[in-house]
Amino acid sequence: MEHLELFFKSIFVDNMVFATFLGMCSYLAVSKKVTTAVGLGAAVIFVLAVTVPLNWLLDQYILQPGALTWLGAEYADYDLSFLSFILFIATIATMVQLVEIVVERFSPSLYNSLGIFLPLIAVNCAILGGSLFMQSREIESFSLALNYGVSSGIGWFLAILAIAAIREKIRYSNVPAPLRGLGITFIITGLMAIGFMSFGGMLTGGDDAVPATEGNAAEVGVIEKVDLEIEEDNKTAQAEVSELKN
Amino acid sequence: MGLLSKKDAKLILDPLADDNPITIQVLGICSALAITAQLKPSIVMAVSVIFVLGIGNVVISLMRNIIPSKIRIIVQLIVVATLVIIVDQVLKAFAYELSKELSVFIGLIITNCIIMGRFEAFALGNGPWRSFLDGIGNALGYGVILIIVGFFRELLGSGTLLGFAVLGDPVEKTGLYAMGYENNGFMLLSPMALIVVGLIIWVQRSRNKALIEEN
Repeated sequence: MEHLELFFKSIFVDNMVFATFLGMCSYLAVSKKVTTAVGLGAAVIFVLAVTVPLNWLLDQYILQPGALTWLGAEYADYDLSFLSFILFIATIATMVQLVEIVVERFSPSLYNSLGIFLPLIAVNCAILGGSLFMQSREIESFSLALNYGVSSGIGWFLAILAIAAIREKIRYSNVPAPLRGLGITFIITGLMAIGFMSFGGMLTGGDDAVPATEGNAAEVGVIEKVDLEIEEDNKTAQAEVSELKN
Repeated sequence: MGLLSKKDAKLILDPLADDNPITIQVLGICSALAITAQLKPSIVMAVSVIFVLGIGNVVISLMRNIIPSKIRIIVQLIVVATLVIIVDQVLKAFAYELSKELSVFIGLIITNCIIMGRFEAFALGNGPWRSFLDGIGNALGYGVILIIVGFFRELLGSGTLLGFAVLGDPVEKTGLYAMGYENNGFMLLSPMALIVVGLIIWVQRSRNKALIEEN
């Protein structure tokens, strides 16, 4: 249950792109075509799935205050958490390099399709962001960390796929000249982010959920109605996306 | 400008408008959007990036002839990470509340593409002084957008600037609020940052037609 909750939460509620704006640069730069977007998205899922659990191990056994007790009781006072940036980024850069080498050796065709994106990923903020959020949200176990890596990767994949599909369509629309390209992409992303906010309603029974008293019950009803409408819009948008995929 | 030659001045001034890292080069978007709900974190972020990019560009430029090109990404990352750790520790020591507010986004300066982008595009091919100017210029261009976005979001969203109520008191209905003005709480939500940046791009490109993109 915990796993399922984290899974859906990372994909929809805390979506990397729409909720925390991570990986925006490559999201904007590589979303002109659906095929390239899919390639980059897949690479991001893969790298996140590898680096988040790895960095979780590093965090747990080296970086946290008192993490070094496995070396001996005299190390219990050490706090190396200020080193986390440098260790995390080193892990990511190494893993990306390693993945690149392995993919090149065993699947040249995949390498050719991903080729240019792999080195780019080392500096994709979504990857480092995944590790840093994993650290600051204090994810408890290795399997949850793995789950978090995979699902936030899927969230990012979904986002870039959707925007690429929309951008392919919008080419045929009459956008005001100064907004063409980057400007309209920003605004669309903003609107999509507003849509994704409605997924916040999926989380029930959270600690900070406001109990519906009589006073605000009517208000809640209105909000729920709006949410439903937005969700319907989302559904049509997703249907369009999958149509385009075929 | 007696101190700087014309060419050097261009390095600083160009990124402020026509070659802006955010609106034209599409670099460093993530942090620009996430922390601009208020003016103060925007300014702190801008200053941190100016520091990291200015120094980082000089360091990389000094090492440019001894870095093997195959491992240059890792070398660059280590340089940035070191500088960012300094910024992070300084913030934690002197402005703890603010550093909590910025949470992971100080760490994310490491992967801010603006930094890697300038290292790759400029510092690896130019001398230290010019690289320094380029770094400062681009970081300033980044900071300008951050401050504009932060300014509008804080002003329209909570009616304050840097925490001071400039439009009057919303509870006691003074100032503008007496005339029925309401804060637009929507501006504080993250999606509005995207839309504000989109509008900035719109304004900039309608003033300078040369920047308009092909569809």
